[in-house]
Amino acid sequence: MPSTNTYDPAGAGPVSRQGRKYTVRRWSVRNARFLEWLYIVFADMLLDLHPLWKLIGYQRIEGPMVFIEKHSKGFLFDCRMCGQCVLSSTGMACPMNCPKLLRNGPCGGVRSDGNCEVEPDMPCVWTEAWKGSQLMKNGDAINTVQLPHDQSLRGTSSWLRATAEKAAQRKAMK
Amino acid sequence: MTDIDSTDPSAALPPLPGHTSRGRLERILRRGDFAVTAELSPPDSADPGEVYERAQIFEGWVDGINATDGSGANCHMSSVSICALLTRIGYAPVMQISCRDQNRIAIQGHVLGAAAMGVNNILCLTGDGVQAGDQPGAKPVFDLDSLSLLETIRRMRDDGQFLSGRKISEPPHVFIGAAANPFAPPHDFRVQRLAKKIKAGAQFVQTQYCYDVPMLENYMTRVRDLGLDEKCFILIGVGPLASAKAARWIRANVPGVHIPDAIIKRLEGADDQKREGRNLCTEIIQQVREIAGVSGIHVMAYRQEEAVADIVHASGVLKDRKPWRKEPNPGDLAVAEALMGDSGQE
Repeated sequence: MPSTNTYDPAGAGPVSRQGRKYTVRRWSVRNARFLEWLYIVFADMLLDLHPLWKLIGYQRIEGPMVFIEKHSKGFLFDCRMCGQCVLSSTGMACPMNCPKLLRNGPCGGVRSDGNCEVEPDMPCVWTEAWKGSQLMKNGDAINTVQLPHDQSLRGTSSWLRATAEKAAQRKAMK
Repeated sequence: MTDIDSTDPSAALPPLPGHTSRGRLERILRRGDFAVTAELSPPDSADPGEVYERAQIFEGWVDGINATDGSGANCHMSSVSICALLTRIGYAPVMQISCRDQNRIAIQGHVLGAAAMGVNNILCLTGDGVQAGDQPGAKPVFDLDSLSLLETIRRMRDDGQFLSGRKISEPPHVFIGAAANPFAPPHDFRVQRLAKKIKAGAQFVQTQYCYDVPMLENYMTRVRDLGLDEKCFILIGVGPLASAKAARWIRANVPGVHIPDAIIKRLEGADDQKREGRNLCTEIIQQVREIAGVSGIHVMAYRQEEAVADIVHASGVLKDRKPWRKEPNPGDLAVAEALMGDSGQE
């Protein structure tokens, strides 16, 4: 299970964090446009498979899905499994890597080189998010006000939750 | 003027249309006066006298006194209690709330408590990281961020409910503020972020220290392009630098403060660096006042609080206006008259 410690910005302890290059995370931001497209395709696929998830049971599929989501997004974004994914609104930079867990934009402490105030070696999540959003088709989503994070969703699959919500919406529209 | 000079200084002012609070700061801004606020450095003490002493320095020169909430992640007297003390006298405190130390349950409780004690202004901040302060081993909370905090308080006030949706019988009638830093990267995002804060409920903002006026002008141009100055009162942060050495230290150690080399050179070249720092602050205030869309200044004179009156006076931003001050009580007046009668001096 992901750590519930709030001060865990790179998903690694303070010793192993030192000297990290954040290569993959930065690659994801540079390729935000591609990942945005990929997610749309993937989310549509998950939605199409809704009858299957329903058949198996959303609760039963939760475990395996969390495993896949945690490791794929963990690799690409250093995902912290907040359970309420907003990557599409944050230029494909995971805001939960911000030591202050800011989900709405950068704090006032960003260093002049664009690095984090708390973690001097880490590029500020929000300078990265801004770069990524500029590449994305729906980059304006960065201006959406994100409401308080529901901490009780930590460690759950936001893919499945989004799918279930969309399926319910589709049903309501019919 | 009479609406602002109430007989009981700690009482709420009569409600006015278009105003969300019943405090002086909002009135002064809404009627178009150039506002001055100052930051009170909270004591490391349980003595209320120390709070009053620190507030008294500003009396008659400011429209609001900011009570910081563990600024720089250092432990001091809490902002809610400083505000409670200040409202007893009649000062207009701006209560700062930082998301670092409290979760949403505690924060919403404090907002109600503060409003009950006569606090009319609340400033929503994310807060410095714990590593910046004297207790880096503390657990950072950051349950909300400054934006979701704004939204939370706005909802409490306008919809009369907690985040959970539970009803509040008497909502907190507060004037809601936020911070802004026009001087930190990502520069392109900063104006959008201000727009976002306004969308979430910010009615006024107080900015980080301004030592780079051209950079501020650039920011304000973009603010005006989006019409944000019409939706929100913008107070520019200013403060005197004690010396070139202090300026260098601040630049290297205080997150988010941008001080250009030219400023440090000018301080270095002065005979009396402290005096020069104050002159510089006055000049910046005078330049900032001329920028369209600026509604006031926020003076943060850390360890130079006694200079605030001089700086504000020298800048001339108040024109003939005299901010609220505690009327001396009739007994004091009689003594003063008697003394003046004796000595024949003014």
